[in-house]
Amino acid sequence: MGWEWEVIFKYFPRLLEGAWLTLELVVISGLIGIALSIPLALLRTSPNAWVRALPYAYIYFFRGTPLLVQIFLVYYGASQFEVIRESVLWPVLKEPYWCAIIAFSLNTAAYSAELFRGAIQAIPNGEIEAAESLGMSNALLTRRIILPRMFGIALPGYGNEVILMLKGSALASTITLLDITGMARTVIARTYTPLEMFLAAGVVYLLMSGIIIALFRFMESRFNRYQSYNPDRDA
Amino acid sequence: MATDKTALELQDIHKSFGNLEVLKGVSLTAKDGDVISILGSSGSGKSTLLRCINLLENPSQGKIIMGQEELQLKPGKDGNLTAADRKQLESMRSRIGFVFQSFNLWPHKTILENIIEAPMQVLKQPKAQAVKRAEELLEKVGLADKRNAYPDNLSGGQKQRIAIARTLAMDPQVLLFDEPTSALDPELVNEVLSVMRELADEGRTMLIVTHEMRFARDVSSQVVFLHEGQIEEMGPPEQVFNNPKSKRVQDFMSSHQ
Repeated sequence: MGWEWEVIFKYFPRLLEGAWLTLELVVISGLIGIALSIPLALLRTSPNAWVRALPYAYIYFFRGTPLLVQIFLVYYGASQFEVIRESVLWPVLKEPYWCAIIAFSLNTAAYSAELFRGAIQAIPNGEIEAAESLGMSNALLTRRIILPRMFGIALPGYGNEVILMLKGSALASTITLLDITGMARTVIARTYTPLEMFLAAGVVYLLMSGIIIALFRFMESRFNRYQSYNPDRDA
Repeated sequence: MATDKTALELQDIHKSFGNLEVLKGVSLTAKDGDVISILGSSGSGKSTLLRCINLLENPSQGKIIMGQEELQLKPGKDGNLTAADRKQLESMRSRIGFVFQSFNLWPHKTILENIIEAPMQVLKQPKAQAVKRAEELLEKVGLADKRNAYPDNLSGGQKQRIAIARTLAMDPQVLLFDEPTSALDPELVNEVLSVMRELADEGRTMLIVTHEMRFARDVSSQVVFLHEGQIEEMGPPEQVFNNPKSKRVQDFMSSHQ
């Protein structure tokens, strides 16, 4: 059996279609994940043990079970309940696309929340006290000092989480979605060229990771400008 | 320089950390324009007393009165007092400036952003006004050229001068200094002290926890000596420095000449 370059070239556009779906899944669930994780992280740093318990249970569940199991629970599990099948949510929950987004969002929210919690706790207490001593309310302090500092500290780690999410999104192919992996498997079923197609799929993932890494490096240089700022350069 | 109007009054402040009683009933009155230095060996409760004034530390007992306004306190869960009215506390804090030993500038903001943050966000000043005032203050502390730098680019003495400017931007009625030069290299101490001296000369009401004896003797209208959470001796600097009644203060002064 020879190496079939022409299969790769012929089906590469299909892989790029898959890449678009992968990108959608990662970006949409990433944004929902961030939106969910910020309140979770703030609750996790509450001085009240009962307030901390709820996000802790959530994070424990989503970090403690495989992403594949979570996807199956949403995709196969939701349809088991008549209440859900008859509810207004059904048009959304019967779509594998939305099931994948729900599972990915909930999963990445758990990991990001822990990341953000660590970042919040890494903010030197004196910076918080300075804001308090100037008369800032808790809401103002959170919005103006804690969250911006949290993002700056968490940014390198969060880039890591996005790359993990990119690769985790390959599991969307298990619920019929034609992302990069799903597309590669479909083509392989037709052409029986697993080595060629998986290699090509791997290259696409690598390129996407490269873009994400560059993007985060750019954001770090912007957001954490103070770490590299050299006053003599501008003077 | 001090007038008869009371700027700040502390009545019978107690503070315990667990079983350790750090403050055992301290009462203190600062008239408008008073510069009060608080001295004492480490562990005497100086910093804790200062931090109790704006509730960075919750006192276990006592009253805090600013001008005519008493800070409303209620017992909290841990047995210490907390603010009964958050809004009142925030308003009072905005009128009490606090300068920390470790500066506590926000590293992700430029020098100018550090100074205009609270005037804009807490006092709702328009940006142009806050920037104008910040520029005046930067001029005053001698760091006008650093407005676009970040705190990490500055020396300790420069950071502390910026921290003072950040506090002054709120136009506070009382300034609290918690060992403002203790984290500085010896050669950087004077640049901070000279800014503070200038503030004292302007007639600002200041409470200063410090180990700089000569500075305290020069600028203070009152000197308070704390020992084990109580006032051991209090009076004008000539008395406390040159003629202390208490044996402990005598020993302290002779070992800090």
